[in-house]
Amino acid sequence: MLRRQFLGLLGATAACAALGKPAQAAGTKHFAGYPGSNGVLFDATRCIGCRRCEAGCNQVNGLPAPDRPFDDLSVLDQKRRTNAKSYTVVNRYDNIPGAAGPVYRKTQCNHCLEPACASACFVAAFTKTPQGAVTWDETVCVGCRYCMIACPFEIPTYEYNEPLTPRVMKCTMCYPQITSGKLRVPGCVGACPTEALVYGSRAELLQVARERFHAHPGRYINQIYGEREMGGTNWLYISGVPFREIGLREDLGVTPAPELTSGALAAVPIVASVWPVLLLGIYAVSKARDRVAKEETKAAVAAAVAKAQAEAQTKLAKTKADAEAQMKTAIEREVKKALEEAAQGPTEGGE
Amino acid sequence: MSHENPAVKKTWFTPFNMVVGFILLVGAVITILRFTKGLGAVTNLDDNNPWGIWISFDLLCGVALAAGGYTTSAACYVFGLKRYHSAVRPAILTAFLGYALVVFALHYDVGRPWRLPYPFFVQSGPTSVLFEVGLCVFLYLNVLFLEWSPSALEWLGYKKLRNVIVKLTLGLTIFGVILSTMHQSSLGALYLIAPSKLHPLWYSSYLPVFFFVSSIAAGLSMVIFEGTLSHRYMHHKMDETYLSEHDGVTLGFAKAASLVLAGYFFIKVVGLALDNNWHYLLTGYGLWYLVELLGFVALPAFLYAMSVREQNLKLVRWGAVLTVLGIVLNRFNVSQVAFNWHLPSAARYFPSWMEVAISIFVVTVGLVIFRFITTNMPIFYEHPEFKEHEPVELTEHELKPHPQSF
Repeated sequence: MLRRQFLGLLGATAACAALGKPAQAAGTKHFAGYPGSNGVLFDATRCIGCRRCEAGCNQVNGLPAPDRPFDDLSVLDQKRRTNAKSYTVVNRYDNIPGAAGPVYRKTQCNHCLEPACASACFVAAFTKTPQGAVTWDETVCVGCRYCMIACPFEIPTYEYNEPLTPRVMKCTMCYPQITSGKLRVPGCVGACPTEALVYGSRAELLQVARERFHAHPGRYINQIYGEREMGGTNWLYISGVPFREIGLREDLGVTPAPELTSGALAAVPIVASVWPVLLLGIYAVSKARDRVAKEETKAAVAAAVAKAQAEAQTKLAKTKADAEAQMKTAIEREVKKALEEAAQGPTEGGE
Repeated sequence: MSHENPAVKKTWFTPFNMVVGFILLVGAVITILRFTKGLGAVTNLDDNNPWGIWISFDLLCGVALAAGGYTTSAACYVFGLKRYHSAVRPAILTAFLGYALVVFALHYDVGRPWRLPYPFFVQSGPTSVLFEVGLCVFLYLNVLFLEWSPSALEWLGYKKLRNVIVKLTLGLTIFGVILSTMHQSSLGALYLIAPSKLHPLWYSSYLPVFFFVSSIAAGLSMVIFEGTLSHRYMHHKMDETYLSEHDGVTLGFAKAASLVLAGYFFIKVVGLALDNNWHYLLTGYGLWYLVELLGFVALPAFLYAMSVREQNLKLVRWGAVLTVLGIVLNRFNVSQVAFNWHLPSAARYFPSWMEVAISIFVVTVGLVIFRFITTNMPIFYEHPEFKEHEPVELTEHELKPHPQSF
């Protein structure tokens, strides 16, 4: 039994060692992104909401034809999000206090430095490439859609109408096209007529953004969305109006998504190693208590029996002694009586 | 008895069979739809709401309500509360079926169900909480199968194999508790990654602890609840040991559930205080949160405590029903009501009738299998041939049939 328990514990330890990952939540490490990784800078003051980026994206990625043509700008009357047919959409934001007219903002995958989707995927279907893009691998995806729960920017979409081979669809920053040399810049960037989109290394783009702040005082709010949000993203945004006015959440914080769950995951090996000790301990204690209780009962019963026996013995002895004494007195009495009778006998008989 | 009375002649068209047959038929039709037209044809899921009631009910509630397996076997075999021995087999069976159905239901929800073993055999994502959930559920399903198998082996008459597996009881129980601790808590930890989507009253870094502790209350309450139902419908299958221990099990579990619920209430309040979320209590979500916390945690804790004090079995059952409903409410609140609370109401999710029908279908399948197994296998009674093989505690039961010292 002991050997088996020991082997079991050994196995559990080995499993933990094999599965465990260093918990970085409490560490001081900070991942600032792959050096030289690329991204895109979106400038909301330059975007005119022409939807050419949507058309460019659709074309280079071979996506299905849209429900309404890309030059139909009336679709901007409603807020849209990415879906299985479109990796990117532009939305129009009206009546923003302090803005002269409507402001447009393009939505697509932000290609986080430490992506929530990649951290959440239980088959590791997502990859943060050193070039900056976050890509998805169709050959392993199970279709659980936890990536869609996890993404703070609500980007990954799903082919709900595919019965057996649904894909998770999202912007790849044209990673396959660029690495194969088919494109130099992502489809949307190439299609933009106003240079509202710039493709380049993330470090340079941060520089470009700051230069624009400097060159046009008062035109921008001096903040780059994506520099720190959720630990930073490769897609960056600058704007003349507060980001919340153009649908970018300002309450996401700067904690990278993997850190949100690393604490809970770090508890796994501890549970796996402490619980057996604790539970076997409780088992041993309850067993020992049972045994002690049983022994105590046994001892108490034995003592009681011994006592009863001893009492019975004394009682018996006493009774015996009493009986003997009684017998003795009776005999003596009888003898005495007989002697007396004998002594008196002849006199009486003589009369 | 060759002359059968036509009035009691066996017929398949009993009301029970008719209802079950109808549900299974509807389920079969929707199953075909799901695997020919896709999730879009049968569910109201969309890109903002990727997880519907097949996750909220079939997975989150299913796993929580199947917690009776590890709580009961731990109480009996690890904590040495042998008077609960007769409750172990029904609890293990319920848990085994519960987990089997969770996995069965997942085949509807995920896109490519045949890839469900991929995380363990093809490519692992150990940074994912879902990986931990999947691995633990997968392992625990095997543990439960082994824990349940002696009843099937006794039924089939495989004595040797049965005796080998019975010897593993303690090891399996401990492994089961470890796995349950990990995945019950991890189901809560799934939502840790989405603080921007879950309402602050339900989001907490203690979510894993909340899910784990509440699963204990859920497991205990399900044993009581299911025992009550079984008593009504499977009474003829129960032996004297089961029947004589039943009231003791009910009151003992009620006492434990009362304590666990009280503890759960306090750690929920600690979570509230830690994040300083008091000001949300006066909003609409806050009132709903209070309904859950007071009506479905504090109230059943109180009812359980009362019922134990007064030895009132009827009140215990009310406590159990309320706790079970409370766990369902909590899992739905975390995964649906409070999830995506920032979205406009038009973008929120409400299940389609077909999603509800599949959930009912899954539960019905479980019920039918439960009935088959409890009718045929030694679940509520001990197999006469194996009575003497049971550990010592059995003779103890016979010595004192009413162990109700609370």
